[in-house]
Amino acid sequence: MNLHEHQAKALFREFSIPVPEGDAAFTVAEAVSIANLLGGDKWIVKAQVHAGGRGKGGGVKIVSGTSELKDTVGAYLGSRLVTHQTDSEGLPINRVLVEALSEIEREIYLSALIDRASRRIVFMASSEGGMDIEEVAASQPEKILRVEIDPTVGLQAYQTRQLAFGLGLEGQQIKQLGQIMNGLYRIFNTHDGSLIEINPLIITGEGNLMALDGKIGIDSNSLYRQPKMKDLRDDSQENERELIADAHGLNYVSLDGNIGCMVNGAGLAMATMDEIKLQGGEPANFLDVGGGTTAEKVAEAFKLIVSDQNVKAILVNIFGGIVRCDLIADGIVQAVREIGLSIPVVVRLEGTKVDEGKQKLADSGLDIISASNLEDGAKKAVALIG
Amino acid sequence: MSILIDSNTKVICQGFTGKQGTFHSEQAIAYGTRIVGGVTPGKGGQKHLDLPVFDTVADAADATGADATMIYVPAPFCADAILEAANADIKVIVCITEHIPVLDMLKVKAALEGTGIYLIGPNCPGIISSGQCKIGIMPASIHMPGSIGVVSRSGTLTYEAVHQTTQNGLGQTTCIGIGGDPIHGMSFIDCLELFEQDPETRGIVMVGEIGGTAEEEAAEFIKAHVSKPVVSYIAGVTAPPGKRMGHAGAIIAGGKGTAAEKFEALQAAGVATVNSPSRIGEKMMELLS
Repeated sequence: MNLHEHQAKALFREFSIPVPEGDAAFTVAEAVSIANLLGGDKWIVKAQVHAGGRGKGGGVKIVSGTSELKDTVGAYLGSRLVTHQTDSEGLPINRVLVEALSEIEREIYLSALIDRASRRIVFMASSEGGMDIEEVAASQPEKILRVEIDPTVGLQAYQTRQLAFGLGLEGQQIKQLGQIMNGLYRIFNTHDGSLIEINPLIITGEGNLMALDGKIGIDSNSLYRQPKMKDLRDDSQENERELIADAHGLNYVSLDGNIGCMVNGAGLAMATMDEIKLQGGEPANFLDVGGGTTAEKVAEAFKLIVSDQNVKAILVNIFGGIVRCDLIADGIVQAVREIGLSIPVVVRLEGTKVDEGKQKLADSGLDIISASNLEDGAKKAVALIG
Repeated sequence: MSILIDSNTKVICQGFTGKQGTFHSEQAIAYGTRIVGGVTPGKGGQKHLDLPVFDTVADAADATGADATMIYVPAPFCADAILEAANADIKVIVCITEHIPVLDMLKVKAALEGTGIYLIGPNCPGIISSGQCKIGIMPASIHMPGSIGVVSRSGTLTYEAVHQTTQNGLGQTTCIGIGGDPIHGMSFIDCLELFEQDPETRGIVMVGEIGGTAEEEAAEFIKAHVSKPVVSYIAGVTAPPGKRMGHAGAIIAGGKGTAAEKFEALQAAGVATVNSPSRIGEKMMELLS
């Protein structure tokens, strides 16, 4: 689960990480009153969406005077922002962050995340902060500094000094980086972070460190013990069909093809998409119905698949372990009848209660095409598209 | 033969009296697994499925001499259950549960370092030595005693590989689903090492997925240490790059983790790769004939 920049910065403040003065506005009037509180006649307005690349995408503007502020905020709110990290439709802007301007001497990159390989929380930093950090990582990997944190002892002061000296920081800045890293580490552990990124971390005109941007990802598996984080969730930033899927315990990702897929298990779902492609077709979605599947869940999955207008055929691939094939068959029959499905369905069933499942499909009198294995299923589905 | 578990392995179940624990204990017993009891705090002294229930894993281990445990408790309590089993010196710990917070696993993993305990999972189908011992949620009917070791990050995709090696008559020694969570117990390498040492295992099937670098590391290990034929499939060639925020994920991956790179690393290590999961069985037949 991702947080907005203004939510991340509120957490930063709470954990003693310096950020520019400012606040989130949901209306033009709120933006004006925030600007009045900040004083001066120049401010920065930042569209709040769950994606990076906002600067290049036109989602960040410096404004002079109240009338330009009003125009800018008015134009942002209710519109959508497209960046290189969103799809072509972009994400809706329902709030903006209005901040005081900061004088930037230098830009640094700093992040903390969970590294699979070392099984540690890892801090990464680079003196090459700013927008093209991924390019730096690819072309000059030696410019990315990293320290791994042993969870049994936590972040140590020497590790913060290691990064500070590596970044070429001086005097007070060395202590400031320590304070910022400690804050990030505490946020990570207090709120079950999965990723925290400050890009850029700036050195201000006065020579102090300050987080000019903030991105925080929270581990979705921890939300049962993170009620405060759960409340920060902004559903408008999620794909509508993916939200519906989530509500029904389905794992769904929308894609560009025309063969809808319903599979149990993420690995098998990916393998099914690969097989469709191998046979010359294009999958319309990734859909993992998960374990403990009921007939109702299968029906919901079908509705979700056909709500995508591009879908011209459906391939069901179920390898029953805990999931029983006969229950899946019930769900398919129920769904096809309920929706009055007009597109062809290819079904491949294997595993627990497979014979009962196949029998139920045959007895239903519905036009369901049976496949003997995954390859056969994908071939048949692709042939139907023509 | 087999690795890690066999017909002599004494198994307990944590979360024994719960719905999942009960169902899968029954299935395991039906398969012939030596289930010797279970643990449900507060229900010690009772009987369940005609077997003793204990309050703590330590009590269960003392009374039964259990070698292995299967954990069917809800995600919020799994870290505690794993650590309790480790503290009671249970050598093989199998955790099936999904959705465990990653920070919990970070701490568990650090606590288990250097103990010699084998943790399988979490978020996995478990482990089965065909015809001998089943600790997990895999369908028993597709397994057949034989000569292939199977190790996989995925659940149902493991079944696919197992099914094919049963259909073509090769059968399996042991199948392990190591789980798909970012931080988990046994790695591909840990399993490959044991399969290499097992005299009954003639060939190894390794099923990977996009993300992380576990397959690349396994490729290096195979090149240096595995003499047996290995067939591998990686799921996710067509998966679009995930939605993401910020850059840190991409930086740490360093351009690694795609299916293409994994296939390349495995091929360079002499592994026979297949581009369709339907071809795993026939490829292994080809290598062994």
